[in-house]
Amino acid sequence: MNLTRRSLIGAALALPVAARAETFAGAYAPKAEPVAEGVWMVRGADAPILFDNGGMIANSAIIATDAGAVLFDPGVSLEHGKALGALAQAVTGKAVGRVYVSHLHPDHALGAAAFDPAIVHALPATRADLERDGEGFSDAMYRLLSDWMKGTHVVLPLGDVAEGEALFGGRRFRLFAMQGHSAGDLALLDEATGTLLAGDLVFHDRAPSTPHADLVKWRAALDRLTAVQHRLLLPGHGPLDRDGGAIAQTRDWLDWLEAALTQAVSDGLDMTEAGELPIPARFAGLKAARYELQRSVSHLYPGLEARLLPRL
Amino acid sequence: MIRKKILLALIATLAAPVPAAFALPADPLKSPMWEYHAERLFGGATVRFDPAVKVEIPEIAENQRVFPVTVDARALPQVKRILIFADLNPIPVAVDYAPRAAAPFLATRIKLDQRTPVRAAVLTADGVWHVSGNWIDAAGGGCSAPPVSRVKGDWADHLGEMHGAAWALGGTQTRLRVTLRHPMDTGLVENIAAYNIERVTVTSSAGTPLADLQVFGAVAEDPAFTFIVDDAKGPLTVAARDSSGLEFDGVVTPRSATLAAR
Repeated sequence: MNLTRRSLIGAALALPVAARAETFAGAYAPKAEPVAEGVWMVRGADAPILFDNGGMIANSAIIATDAGAVLFDPGVSLEHGKALGALAQAVTGKAVGRVYVSHLHPDHALGAAAFDPAIVHALPATRADLERDGEGFSDAMYRLLSDWMKGTHVVLPLGDVAEGEALFGGRRFRLFAMQGHSAGDLALLDEATGTLLAGDLVFHDRAPSTPHADLVKWRAALDRLTAVQHRLLLPGHGPLDRDGGAIAQTRDWLDWLEAALTQAVSDGLDMTEAGELPIPARFAGLKAARYELQRSVSHLYPGLEARLLPRL
Repeated sequence: MIRKKILLALIATLAAPVPAAFALPADPLKSPMWEYHAERLFGGATVRFDPAVKVEIPEIAENQRVFPVTVDARALPQVKRILIFADLNPIPVAVDYAPRAAAPFLATRIKLDQRTPVRAAVLTADGVWHVSGNWIDAAGGGCSAPPVSRVKGDWADHLGEMHGAAWALGGTQTRLRVTLRHPMDTGLVENIAAYNIERVTVTSSAGTPLADLQVFGAVAEDPAFTFIVDDAKGPLTVAARDSSGLEFDGVVTPRSATLAAR
């Protein structure tokens, strides 16, 4: 059969209504929850990036200082970044004076578009990552989030941060330059309150994601974070951790994931089968667990096979 | 007047449904390309949407260049062919599998060029095509971006390298997994001609053909395949040929394991 215009028109009419309906974004309405003196947590949805949540899935933190608010992770889009900036102004009484981007992933980084690049700081590795992948992330986010992304363009952080002490607006921070979740993972300890902003090195009651993970380095980073004295931990995704359980939970998932996928390759399973492996009951409370397992299969399985299947 | 009649007759002819299209069942996935593909692939044969064909795919296309698909038609008797195709791919058919002495089961990885239905069509000995599948959302470019090994530039260093293993499933069957290094160029990337594995066969030590797979450019770079063949002991010979006529082969001896039995 030739593809006629008639058959194409007929086919277009047969498409479900939802496929043709235009959809419009809502307005971001992030909420700040005070967690310590001068520190607020802004919770993301513990879900995949979806049009319905506008990509607002990562946690952010706001810290009040004399030189303006510090915003740790500015969200996914221009509008998201603006909403977080307005929220920071509302709760601290001062405009954002410093933005930290914890790592390259778009749900944490692309909202930097709402700020002067000169006040956006990140690890040099993160800037390099964004130089390489930023436009691709932007394309992917426009595809998934369309109208929510309007006006967003990739803003590269201009400020370099390094391991060690940082003083901003009279507030003392300890910065940790780590890697493992990605090639550059920034964590920040607010000395006054003992609040540790862990970025995506730590997930809590939400399955960890692994698109740029190096599991050996990630575990080493978790070892370091465990050794950092802190009272509260803000994970990159999931609820505030007051009892230190989130680091252990993240490690437990990564250990299980690697062992399970290694075993799956040794047992001759293919990727779809590995993605359907039973998830242990102890992870029943983790949101998006099946989704992240299947993503991790995509990230890790071909490499494991190349290593474990014998050369013929 | 006569001219008008001829015109009316002509319009009536044009408007009449093509017989084959008329006999096709309505597509539960409402794909814009269903009729086009169905007529091309199935001719006038009977087509049935059949949940006995299990098409297992992840809930997310994390990587549109490497999307795993497993087809399990072991609930159907006397399977002759299994097609895996994606309606909206520029190269719709990924594989055409004849399980000569093998279970009607195949796992592989394909490319996705956009959101598309991913389906399996299974031909049984009675001439009926059993079809199943689902939509999957995917970012663009799975077929039209250069393969990783082209970008890295090392594709030729590893061309045809075969890795694999086999597991005796108990009884008379062996599960075979094999991966091959190959760029699987689609021909849709500027200045890179189509170049892909075309055929993969599995043969018993006695020379019996067990599995015969035609492979197209929509299969992912560095293709991977899982077969379940009717051979208890091995060794199994896997042979592949690409579109330049290069041939690659390897021999696998099954290890005894029951964990892979499903």
